[in-house]
Amino acid sequence: MADLSVIESQTPLDPASPLAVRGLTVSYGEKPALFSLDASFPAGKMSAIVGPNGAGKSTFLKAALGLIPKVSGEVSVFGREVDRVRDRIAYLPQRASVDWDFPTTARDVVLMGLYGQVGLWRRITGQHKAHALACLDRVGMADFADRQIGQLSGGQQQRVFLARALAQGADLFLLDEPFAGVDAATEAAIIDVLKSLQAEGRSVIAVHHDLSTVAEYFDHVLLVNLRRIAEGPVATTFTADTLADAYGGRLGAVQIEALALQGA
Amino acid sequence: MGAEFVQFSLTPILIGIFASIACALPGNFLILRRQALIGDAISHVVLPGIVVAFLVTGVVSTWPMLIGAAVAALVAVALIEAVRRLGRIEPGAAMGVVFTSLFAGGVLLLEQSDTSNVHLDVEHALMGNLEQLIWLRADGWGSLLDPVALADLPPELPRMAVAALIIAVLMLVFWRPLKLASFDEGFARALGLPVRLIGLGLVTAAAVAAVAAFDAVGSIIVIAMFICPPAAARMMTNHLGVQVAWSVVFAILSAVLGYVLAGYGPIWLGASNSVSAAGMIATVAGLILGLACLFGPARHRVGVAAGG
Amino acid sequence: MSGFWQALFFQAGYNATLVAVGAALLGFAAGAGGSFLFLRKRALVSDAVAHATLPGVGLAFIVMVSLGGDGRSLVGLLAGSALTAWVGLLALEWMVRRTRLSEDAAIGAILSVFFGVGVVLLTVIQGMSRGRQAGLEDFLLGSTAGMLRQDALLIAGGGALVVFTIWLLRRPMTLVSFDTAFAAARGVDVRRVDLAMMGIVLAVTVIGLKLVGLILIVALLIIPPVTARFWSDRAEHVVWIAGVLGALAGWIGAAISASAPSLPTGPIIVLVATGAFAVSLLFSPRRGVAAAVIARNAFQERVHRRQGLLAMARREPIHDRLTLKILRSEGLLRPDGVATEEGRAAAAKIARDERRWSVARRLHKDTALTGRYDGLTPIEDVFTADEIAWIDTHVVTKGAA
Repeated sequence: MADLSVIESQTPLDPASPLAVRGLTVSYGEKPALFSLDASFPAGKMSAIVGPNGAGKSTFLKAALGLIPKVSGEVSVFGREVDRVRDRIAYLPQRASVDWDFPTTARDVVLMGLYGQVGLWRRITGQHKAHALACLDRVGMADFADRQIGQLSGGQQQRVFLARALAQGADLFLLDEPFAGVDAATEAAIIDVLKSLQAEGRSVIAVHHDLSTVAEYFDHVLLVNLRRIAEGPVATTFTADTLADAYGGRLGAVQIEALALQGA
Repeated sequence: MGAEFVQFSLTPILIGIFASIACALPGNFLILRRQALIGDAISHVVLPGIVVAFLVTGVVSTWPMLIGAAVAALVAVALIEAVRRLGRIEPGAAMGVVFTSLFAGGVLLLEQSDTSNVHLDVEHALMGNLEQLIWLRADGWGSLLDPVALADLPPELPRMAVAALIIAVLMLVFWRPLKLASFDEGFARALGLPVRLIGLGLVTAAAVAAVAAFDAVGSIIVIAMFICPPAAARMMTNHLGVQVAWSVVFAILSAVLGYVLAGYGPIWLGASNSVSAAGMIATVAGLILGLACLFGPARHRVGVAAGG
Repeated sequence: MSGFWQALFFQAGYNATLVAVGAALLGFAAGAGGSFLFLRKRALVSDAVAHATLPGVGLAFIVMVSLGGDGRSLVGLLAGSALTAWVGLLALEWMVRRTRLSEDAAIGAILSVFFGVGVVLLTVIQGMSRGRQAGLEDFLLGSTAGMLRQDALLIAGGGALVVFTIWLLRRPMTLVSFDTAFAAARGVDVRRVDLAMMGIVLAVTVIGLKLVGLILIVALLIIPPVTARFWSDRAEHVVWIAGVLGALAGWIGAAISASAPSLPTGPIIVLVATGAFAVSLLFSPRRGVAAAVIARNAFQERVHRRQGLLAMARREPIHDRLTLKILRSEGLLRPDGVATEEGRAAAAKIARDERRWSVARRLHKDTALTGRYDGLTPIEDVFTADEIAWIDTHVVTKGAA
């Protein structure tokens, strides 16, 4: 503690990382949701953001995308400002943000993913429609293309939104609790698609709430509880020690041991 | 359907149709975005707008009044947003505070100013004067090709037609962002769409429609057309494009049927006086909505079983 | 001016006094009754109710004339207005329950269509031989000019009755508007209480028709509750504060209106209420704009200060200009970017607290306490001194291990 000199410098965030943040603080009113968070996700990997309820996981994605204002901090996507690379990002919000009563079909929803490329004016061609249908097919929803979105089950809706993200042709996929409230078949289908994206060299970052599948699904993990608790490869980072730090009394010691064993 | 029809009925019907379409088009999106009552708020603040315009210019003439009404509409929208955000008040209550206050201010100003010798009153703003927008120079369908007669068309007709056209073109141009921002705002913002600007643009289009329409047809039709045709159309289909098409059909139907029933209905019933066309158009729009609520194929909310 | 004071203290004649008392009672009933709607986030339902009174006024006139009367009896007209307003309410509920329309669209549909029907009926009346002097247009904006003594008595009596009803039903209505599910679990019949709320709103609207008119009665049902919300977080207080605010607006507004010509009662009452709202929006100590701006700045400063100190403790560089500015202005950082003695002490304390929190989260069983960790709350606010000492023993052992 003797020598506390502070250097002012502007070292840039890692340009190779698909998403890196430094000193990110976000608050709702007077209650911070994230406090001075640092994180840097690796390219071409499956990364999980894990932490207890209210730890700021979804807030992290929203703030990184600039959807909610931040009190302080910097964000870099592929080494650039997020506004300059929006066409390389596909974001799958939590299901609640959508108006399920809206007059639109599954096919329409996937076509919306193309708006970034087609723009305001250009006509949607047969080629675009074929691409949209292919994306729906990739998530096993081609037969439901003409259903109104609200008439699908929760898992089916989630697949349609994943198909929309696929249609965007992005390099970075940001998913907010993609497995929340979906059935086992849908979860398997989604994880297949995500693994295939990774095989194509794309980066996937997902807010994830099921600790028992972290080791199975992901390569890299960010444990967050208001601050960064730990970050790194799942094998070395997802341990009893860090879990206890992130979850504290909310997880019993037995649970933590069991989960960390799986992780090790 | 001779000269008399062209003289006395053609122009009011056309003006009613254009006004109804101009309001129904943005109404589709207002309803889907749960902002249906913005139309209500805007129509109420038209009165203070025209009163202030009269006090500033000292004359009752068209353009100052239209500009005053438009400014008042935008001021009201800004105030509603400010009250909602600054006071953390739910949108409905924020609207209620703002538009009733502005309306009260408008009535007070009207009472305070000397308007006894000019035609400026609350009833006119509410009910319009559709019946008086006749085309005296016409002497038959041939007048549609007669430049002299055409020059004598009530100015409300070209004005309303242009307003309807502008709104239709704007809707086509901004169809995709409007649809996306209304359906999934989070995703639209992640794509970098200026979601708040889109919302403001929609409300501005609604204000333009309301302001252009109120002078000719009054605020009742404006509110009714913002809501009834699109709401009825929503019950007919689960496709946005089809819904908008239905809403235009319902708007035209309300305008034509309403005008005809107001003018000829009482006579068929043996009475001598016609009734308010504006009121009757709103009534017909309500009847169409009622039928759609009862029989529309897509009337039920998701998850509510048919007939349940 | 003296006219205003006279009217305010009931010295301006019997009728003016009755109007002022009636306006105050109506204001109280509207403010308190409107609160329940506002707390249920259904404030604009009152707009639909108010507009739906118009066809009733017209119908009642037509019926009374066809029965041989002159059609201008206030009681009859108000009964008619209550009837169609009730029909409007039922239609509104039906649309929301049975179709996919959301409540705002249903409100807009009901208010515009019923109002349209009302206007049609008014033009029918104008065509009747007795209709020309009916003066039904007064119900749009209200009018105290030419108000009969019995009309004023009717308004004052009706207002008193509504106030009494609200007082009787205050508990179930507060419960339902605050937490519907909880009220239902307690065995309160939510539907009937809702019905009673709507009945009160309807009664206020009908009584207010003559005084402030159907367009502005909505203001009295909405503005006082919204204003009261700035002054209390407790539902039952909001109701009574709104009542008092409404009564004051009615009383002062009626007095101003009586003090000079061309000051219409309805708009003046509404504008008095709006004035109280504007003052509350800006200056209420808890939810006002001024208070929020001050709190927001203070909060941002705290966040940056703490972030800067954490960076200092970890010997990380600080990039943020605002952070640097705050640290410098508080003497924690020298202008050349080196920490001062004070700064080091503060940074060390914060680093120690962070370690304590980390231990506390790990060891402490009570998540309600550890859950209060938000990066800003000092640990001393959450744990007692001996608890912190206990935590410290673990900090040391962990450091040694």
